[in-house]
Order: sequence, then structure tokens, then C-alpha cells
Amino acid sequence: MAVTLDINGKPVAVQASPDTPLLWVLRDELGLTGTKFGCGLAQCGACTVHVDGEPRRSCVTPIEAVGSAKITTIEGLGGGHPVQQAWVRHDVPQCGYCQSGQIMSAVALLERQAKPSDEDIDSAMSGNICRCGAYQRIRAAIKDAADTGPPRGEPHADIDAAIVAGSGATTRGAGQ
Amino acid sequence: MNAPFKQPTRREVVVASALVGGALVVGCSPADLMSAGSDVEIGAFGPFIRIAQDGVVTVMNKHQEMGQGNHAGLAAIVAEELDADWTRVLVEHAPANAKLYGNATAGAQLTGGSSAISNSWEQLRKAGAGARAMFVQAAANRWNVAVGEITVKDSVVSHTSGKTATFGELLADAAKVPAPTDVKLKDPKTFTLIGTDRVRRKDAQAKSDGTARYTQDVRLPDMLTAVVAHAPRFGAKVKSFDAAEAKKVAGVVAVFEIPTGVAVVAQNTYAARMGREALSVEWDEDKAEKRGSAAITQLFKDVAVGKNTETPWEGFDQRGDATVLDAAPKAGEQVLEATYEFPYLAHATMEPMNCVASVDGAKVKMVFGSQGQTLDQLNAAKIVGCLPGSVEIETIFAGGSFGRRANFPSDYSAECVHIAKKVGKGRPVKLVWTREDDMQAGYFRPITVHALKVKLDKDGFPAAWRHRIVTQSIMKGSPMPSKGPDQTAIEGTAGSPYLKATPIVDAQLALPEVGVPVLWWRSVGATHTAFVMEHTIDQLALKAGKDPIEYRKALYAKAGAERHLAVLNLAVEKAGPKAAAGWTRGVAVHECFGSVVAQIAEVKLENGTPRVGRVVTAIDCGVAVSPDQIAAQMEGGTCYGLSAALFGEVTLTDGKVDQSNFDTYRVLRINEAPTVETHILPSGNPPSGVGEPGTPVIAPAVANALLALSKTATTRLPFVQA
Repeated sequence: MAVTLDINGKPVAVQASPDTPLLWVLRDELGLTGTKFGCGLAQCGACTVHVDGEPRRSCVTPIEAVGSAKITTIEGLGGGHPVQQAWVRHDVPQCGYCQSGQIMSAVALLERQAKPSDEDIDSAMSGNICRCGAYQRIRAAIKDAADTGPPRGEPHADIDAAIVAGSGATTRGAGQ
Repeated sequence: MNAPFKQPTRREVVVASALVGGALVVGCSPADLMSAGSDVEIGAFGPFIRIAQDGVVTVMNKHQEMGQGNHAGLAAIVAEELDADWTRVLVEHAPANAKLYGNATAGAQLTGGSSAISNSWEQLRKAGAGARAMFVQAAANRWNVAVGEITVKDSVVSHTSGKTATFGELLADAAKVPAPTDVKLKDPKTFTLIGTDRVRRKDAQAKSDGTARYTQDVRLPDMLTAVVAHAPRFGAKVKSFDAAEAKKVAGVVAVFEIPTGVAVVAQNTYAARMGREALSVEWDEDKAEKRGSAAITQLFKDVAVGKNTETPWEGFDQRGDATVLDAAPKAGEQVLEATYEFPYLAHATMEPMNCVASVDGAKVKMVFGSQGQTLDQLNAAKIVGCLPGSVEIETIFAGGSFGRRANFPSDYSAECVHIAKKVGKGRPVKLVWTREDDMQAGYFRPITVHALKVKLDKDGFPAAWRHRIVTQSIMKGSPMPSKGPDQTAIEGTAGSPYLKATPIVDAQLALPEVGVPVLWWRSVGATHTAFVMEHTIDQLALKAGKDPIEYRKALYAKAGAERHLAVLNLAVEKAGPKAAAGWTRGVAVHECFGSVVAQIAEVKLENGTPRVGRVVTAIDCGVAVSPDQIAAQMEGGTCYGLSAALFGEVTLTDGKVDQSNFDTYRVLRINEAPTVETHILPSGNPPSGVGEPGTPVIAPAVANALLALSKTATTRLPFVQA
């Protein structure tokens, strides 16, 4: 069945049965692999995307339930979003596999609450598991992003530029 | 790149099958074996360093980056000796080639034992210093000046006259300079990068914008996706299966039997999963393990206390006449008897196990987060019938491992090779395990029971210590069996300063056979030995009426455990005199993987559940290459250990795993996470482990806080029973 989805600001036509979870359409059909598969049961948050600005677990969201809603994935944040910059400043990721979902949950939190308390962070982020246990840096990065506001220069910019320049390095590892 | 396939010699075949199938053949290391057929292009600066025309330095990481931060640490070691511009240093995973990239401690290419930095330290320093010397010589030749008048900083070579040239400008000449055979390494006191906060992760941006590539993200032309229906009990085999309904699912391409179950191969992940749901399989469970975890635990307890005598004992520390422990205690003599139980634990990595492989005749290409490349090559070669060198592995990021991705039969990657072989024609197949597959596939931290009897002397210190450990062997039957008792079962009890400080010791190990696959799990033996030793010490201190910190200090003095004493003192100093109001402190200290960690945890009970707040951590890990990543590993290791201590437990009912996903296997979440402060003991010793030593200390620290709070010992983990 052909369905048109609004993904990262663009209409995208996909061929998939209506019960297919959004996660698998994003990953397998569209190659948007930044959104991760972790549990398939909305237990871990690795698959978190925004649907009309609200954080949703794409692994349990069939595409028929999405309709014309605006979907934003980690790719839609562009890489330089203030929350992503804060993540890099604090070296939050370890294995990194959960971080797309963590960041999508954090962005949604900050969009509805500019200065979240520890309790707000606990409540908004407890659906996102990090097995590496980067939790205290996640907390610090959210607070930093809340204080920082819009993008600004940061100490890793030079390294990142070099990583981008060295295309082909697995550190960068764009999907094929 | 591999050389064309050649027929293996008889010796190579014999060695390969021996290595994969059982005992390691004497006189042939994995590195010898791997030299057959492998071919890696090595540039002028050796196997670890590539330098591009623009001067960008790429360091080849022979290890797996699975979160522990070795991409940054290993690159920093090279950059330091090379005097490279750190902002223009990149890292890549090295190809699979044990001869070039073997782990110095294992021979095989393998990431484990918290050894990435320690086993690369000399090797990468020499590689960096050697390349630096080549640039210096090239500049000296070009400018016709003495080598001694040249300095290097941030990838720029300078002469006292003011002449300068970048690595890029000197590259062609430097590449022609013969590689030096003897290089002078820096005095660590002159390091400008190592040990500074400039050593930050190289992958933080890619892991924050979704571009970091994991096995799950690999997309290749014409690639198929496979899932496998596995047996519900360990050791069961396929009896028969009916694929008719599965094949009707749109997108399903093939359904066939493999040694570990029935594979469903499809155009995409969702179709493969739907196909598996429509599949019906009958299992032959004649040889399956049908015992539940309660029965296995009971067996281990019976063995531990001598009720079951079928399993032989192996002594690992026996000194003096332990029969003094059998005599009835005299008046005033203090004796502690304790039995501890530990459950099966799942690694539960965020990325479930997966692999991409293609098989074209005798050529195998694999792309995945391989943690034990040599083992994975050998197992693939055995399946396909080729030389291990014909198995090319592109190692990419792993979404966590904690030990899971490296195991002797290469369970998940071998499964993928079986499927890719059947599909054939070089067509890539991605094997996807669901969370349920992953959690129920075994390779758990084994159920373990410790039984102790300790008698104190008149001063309250251990006079005689009897210790029995009952667990499943991780190493038995593997290509790397231990000499003597399985070290992975006893490490941490064996070598404990508390045993060293005890005049009479009788410590023994028993390893009953159980058909549940077990494996190393972040910090391995220390997952239980650290708990037993550290929690026992607090109970002994309580019996002796002594402060647990002072009690430890006295025992460390007796044992000559200076590093333990130093980290304990550092943690005590940094923690300050007392806990925040409403919190109770517990302390624990443990040495593993060459490093010693002390933690002081502040704990309180909320609705009967331990809540951990501030955790002050002190570590002696030798030279600190990346202080920030050491802190990250202490933070993460503490969470990993606390998660298991609070909630971690895999149970089996009649041989079937009860847990299947994060709804039944509870893990630590942000609202339960402690705040970890890390303090690194200054040291001039070579670097030692960091990835694992932060994990095993928190559980006994929490148990000790609860002991202080309630005078009740914890004899079974997890703290919170489901």
C-alpha cells in the first residue's frame, strides 16, 4: 500500500502495509537509520521520534496511526541542534546506540519546559534506557542545553570538522 | 583485502579445527594461524598509522569501540608520541588480522579483560614515536640540518632557524625514510596530551546526530534480512517444521533449517519477523537442559555445603590447618558463617546481537561489531570450509557488549554465516535478533554460590578462612582453558588482600555441569567475588566491633596492599567526614584488571528499595590516558553494576528463560541513577584496566550501607526481588 508521510519537513511516499511500525519504515524503507531498534515494545526509548512535536516510540506506532502528522527523526535535528551540541560538549555517548532516542526525548522536554528541574528530567527521560549508564551526563547536558539556548561555538567544533573532512572513517560512518 | 583463496595445508586444517573445536594446539598461536591467507595493506608508518596528504592522521584501532572510549585513548597514545595535532587525528577499526592486530595478552584479535589501553601502550607509543622520527629525519634531510635541532608540535616540524613544515608537506619524504628499529619514547612527565581533558571522544558527534554506523544500520545492495526461530530450551534441536504459512507472508524469501533453529529470510526486518510468527517448529528436546534456575541454585548450594558430593573440588588457596574451623568455638571466639547466592544475568546490550555476512564460495565478508575477530574468523571458516584468512571482517561500532559479543562459538555471527552460506552467491544477509531472542539466548553470567566460615582472632581479625565457590565454568571446554582452577570463577577471592592477611586459608572451587551457556559479563569473576569479599569484611568488622574503614586499613597493612590503602584513603578524603542527612554510607574496595577501585556510596531506603545517591570513587589505573573517559567508565560501570545489584536476575522455569524484554528484565533508569564522582590516583605505572573495574564495587558498597543501616546482611542478589 502506498502511504505518504511527512518526514523531517518533506512528503515521502512509502510502500508498506498499514500495520508496519513507523520504525521499520524509517529504517528499512527510507534508510533513516539514526532511529534505533532496541526492544520493539516501547520499553527502552531507542526508537523515539517526534510526531507533531510529541515524543513517540516508533516501534509500536503503525504508519496507519500517523496519517498526515509531522514526523521528526534524529536526522531532522540537523546535527547542530543545541541539545546535540550539549551532548558533544559533555561526551555523553558511550556505545551511543540509545542516544538518538535520548536526544529526541530531551529536545521534546526542552521544547515544552525551558528550564526543567531534576524531577522534570526524571519524569521525561525515564522511558529511555541507557545500558552504558550515561545518565548523569544526560542530566548535565540537558541542563547545559537549557542554560545555553540557541547554538553557539563549542570546543569540539574543530575535531568534528576534521572528522567530517576524513570521510570514509568509521568514526563518522554514514550509512550506505 | 585478502589474497586469493588457497587450499589450506593439512596442519592448518588440523590446527583450525582443534582451535575451534576444543583444546588449543601447543606451539601454534592464533596469530600463527591467522597469518595464513590474510593480507592487509600496510603503509610507510606501519599497521597503526596512516597519514593523508593534508596531514590528517588516522589511527587504526585493533580493538572494538563498544562504548568504553578506546577510540579516544588509543589515538591519544599515538598522537602524544607523534606530536600530532589532536584535532586532526581520526580513528578507524582495524581489519581482522591477528598477526598485525592481535591482543598482546591473548594472541587473538580480541577486545576484553579491560586490556585495550594496557596492551597497546608500548606498541602504540613506539608506533607514534617511530613515525615522528621519520618526519624529523625527512626535515633534517630537506633542510640539511642536524636531527637534534628539530622539534615537532601539533603536526608541524620546526628547526631552530625558524624553518617549519607540516606533516602534509613532509609526507612524501617521510614515507621514504626507513622506519627506525629503535625509538626513544617520551618521559611521561613531558606528556602534553595524555592525562589532559583534551583527550575527548572522537565519536561523540556521530553518536549524537544518528550517523554513527552500527550493525543494525548496515544496508548493502541486494541485502536480505534474517531472523531465526530458536529452541525454547538450551540444547534442543529442530525435529520438524512447517514453513507453508511463513512463506505466504509478503517479503519472505526463504525458510530453512540451520544448526541453531529455523531461519526466515526476507526482504526486510518486519517481513522476516512476521514470517517467523507464522512458522511452526517442533523441537527435539532429548538433550535439552530442563532444570529451572531454582533447582540449579539449590544444587550449587548443596554442593557448597557438602550435601552433594558428585562435583569434585579444586583448591586454589590452602594454607595451614583449616580443621580449626571444625572445632566448636571457644568462649569469646567469634565465627561468621555465610552463604551468598547470585543469579544468572543477561548482558542486555542496547543493540541486540546481529551480524551481516555474505558467502561466495570460499570467501566470506562480514560487517558487524565484532569483539573477537579471530574467533569469529575461525568459526566462519569452519562453517564455510576455508582458511580463516579468507574471512574478511569489517568491524564497526557495537551498541554495547559488556562481554556478550565475544564468545567461543561466535554464536550470533556463526548463525549469520550459516544463513549466508545457504543463501550463497555473495548475497549479503543481515541477521537480526529481537530483544526477546537476545535475552533468551543464554551466555549469562553464571549462577554462583559462595559459602564461607571465618574465625576471628582475639584482636578481631581473620584467623582462619574457609571459602567454597560453586559456579559454572566459563572457560571449560573452550580453546583457552585455564591452567588449574578456572580463574574467571575465583579471581578476586583468589588474590584477595583479606586472604593474604589470614594465616589459615582453605579456599576451593567446584564447577557442576549445567546446560545453560554462560559467559564473562562486565568484570567477570569480580561480579560475585567483590561482593562476597567486601560484604564479608563489613560483617567481620561488625562482629569485631570495629569501624569498617579502619578494619580494612589494618588488613591492607597486614597484606602489604598499598594500592588498596591508597585508593581507600583517597575516597575517604574526597567523601568528607559524613554523609548527607538521611543517607547512610557503605564502603567497598576491589582490585581487578590491574586497577584498584574504592567507592563510598550514600544509600537510603525508599519504600524498602535501596536508593543510591552520591558515590565517591577513587581509582588507581596507572597512567590516566583520558581522565574524562575514566570518569565516564566509573559512572557507567557503577550504573551497570547497580542495575544488576538492584534488579538483575534471569530465571528459568523447567529450562525456559522467563524474561524476554525490559518489561520483565528490569534495568536501571535515569530516575534511579546515582551521581558518581571520580578521583584518579596519580601514578607513573603503565595504564591498567578501566572498562570493568568500575562495575563490581557498588553492590557490596550498597550492601554495606544497608548493613550499617539495619544490621542485616545481604545474602542474595538482586536486592529487589521481582
